[in-house]
Amino acid sequence: MSNIEVTFVSTALLLTAFLLTVRFDRRPGEKRLGFFRRNGLVVGLYLILCVAFWCIVTFVMPMVYMVDLSFHPKLPPSMAGGPEDVFTLVNYRMLLFGSPTSTDEWNWLHLRSFFGTIGISIALTFFNFAVSYPIAYYMAQSASVSRLRVIVLLLIIPYWVNDILRAFAFRILLSYSGFMNSLLIWLGITDTPVDFIGANVALYLALVYSNLLIMIFPLYNAIEAQDHNQIEAARDLGASWWHIHLFVVMPHAKPGIASGMTLSFMLMAGAIATPLVLAGPHSLWFTPIIYDRFYQLFDWPQGAAYAIALLLACILFVLGVMKITGLKLGEITK
Amino acid sequence: MTGRLLNRAIVWLYFLSFFAFLLGPLLVMGVSAFNTSTYPRVWPIEGVTLHWFEALASDGPLLEGLRTSVVIGFFVVVLSVPLGLAGAVVMTQLFRSARSFYYFVAVAPVLTPGIIIGIATVVFWRDFSGFAHLRGTLYNGTVLTVLAQSSFISSYCMLIIMARLQRFDLDQEEAALDLGASYSQVFRHVLLPFLRPALLSSAVLAFLTSFENYNATTFAILADKTMTTVLAARVRTGTSPTISALATVIVCLTILATLLFEWVKRRDDRRRNARLSAARAEEAAELATP
Repeated sequence: MSNIEVTFVSTALLLTAFLLTVRFDRRPGEKRLGFFRRNGLVVGLYLILCVAFWCIVTFVMPMVYMVDLSFHPKLPPSMAGGPEDVFTLVNYRMLLFGSPTSTDEWNWLHLRSFFGTIGISIALTFFNFAVSYPIAYYMAQSASVSRLRVIVLLLIIPYWVNDILRAFAFRILLSYSGFMNSLLIWLGITDTPVDFIGANVALYLALVYSNLLIMIFPLYNAIEAQDHNQIEAARDLGASWWHIHLFVVMPHAKPGIASGMTLSFMLMAGAIATPLVLAGPHSLWFTPIIYDRFYQLFDWPQGAAYAIALLLACILFVLGVMKITGLKLGEITK
Repeated sequence: MTGRLLNRAIVWLYFLSFFAFLLGPLLVMGVSAFNTSTYPRVWPIEGVTLHWFEALASDGPLLEGLRTSVVIGFFVVVLSVPLGLAGAVVMTQLFRSARSFYYFVAVAPVLTPGIIIGIATVVFWRDFSGFAHLRGTLYNGTVLTVLAQSSFISSYCMLIIMARLQRFDLDQEEAALDLGASYSQVFRHVLLPFLRPALLSSAVLAFLTSFENYNATTFAILADKTMTTVLAARVRTGTSPTISALATVIVCLTILATLLFEWVKRRDDRRRNARLSAARAEEAAELATP
């Protein structure tokens, strides 16, 4: 079967599974209007066509196709579908063990970067949470309306400046002859400039910076929904401040925390603009490696395999968050 | 008492450093846009100039990229708002496991890293466009970018519209049906007007998200160039204060737009309050006359 056929067949299977769930959901004796009766022909057609186009053509089919492609060898277009176009694990082997000619036991260069990206993204997500939580709490529980408006405005400004420009701003600020180094030298804290970019400090700061709002808004929404009297009550009963936050506010804000963490992790692990601009010589963020598979080596199947490895990591993270917090997907993506 | 003072000091220190972190980089970039130095820097100030803004206005590739970005943003809005609306309406008509199934597929694009959506779109359409004999029209950067961005921007639109849809009073629908409206008339004359604010804000969000997107775009754009990809190529190879100038312009536009939005909202609030109190006064007058 060619890639396209595999894609069509699996999409059809998925669609059948969906229609079957609709069918099995129906309880006996329950009266419900048919879809077209319910919406009228024109609106019904509009709804079905749009949802089908969106979910299937722009999302499910490309995803299935990418998965399928990652199991194929790199071939020139003329040989696609030919006898050499077989299913293979060579692209995943490359990520784990390196090229077939390599003698190393593991492909440490890529694996280190993969696990490094995941680990650092998790650490930065927690850091992001620690930075964002107090301001979100302040906005939700203590700020006056006018002050809240000002804070929201200040938060939104950096958010609408795109990723590239944000990274560029950090480069001006933290480069070897940049503003921060001049400031540090002028203050007499250091004599020689600090290499923030080489040490990846610039990259990590910029990643956190880009995702502040992503973390703050879900937190704010969740904390804002809490009755302030509960906090007052806890205080009157003699709870210390960290007790209040840990056992009163945070459990209530759990969906917001989960949602902010998930989005923030996903955006950091999948960030490509910031690492391209700010990565030091010793940084190997995983996304530029994927990019190079595509537009340096032109080995798309291998790039697809690497992308799927990253996607799996993200799915695992989401599942992990859901497991730990006991929340459903709908509560996280609110 | 000193404990309290210390607490306040710590809180203030936190706020100061938070906003320094938030605005510092942008301020530094803004200042470097006015500095004569050919390398973007804040210190030493060699002289104040508007030269970099002039250079920006006559920067061919950048303006070309800007044009493509606007075109892409326009088509993304045209595509994803109707898609998101359909997605949200269908969500209200599904129940139990079918609903969870559908919900999972519909929000998956939001939880998938942008680069993966970009990659999947490119590899799929490379072959699919050939398969559909539309390679000439479909397989180009602008079209692919619109498709790739729409897949997750539609999810954003759907989530926004769903939030408003949850507050829809089903009695309104029933009233319209009792008065003899058909279901499609209800959709057109009751549901759509109710959803108008959500549709507007999702359109604005869709355009802005599309405009500043880089992750999905960089894979899907192929040979074309948007503003973000031009900028990325520029920033990677070297730095110029022109880029600072551009960022300054964007920041100023953002501030203006936000203030305008705030002003419109306040005006609407005032009008609504006026209308409410007028209605209340009328009611009171009616009650007062026996």
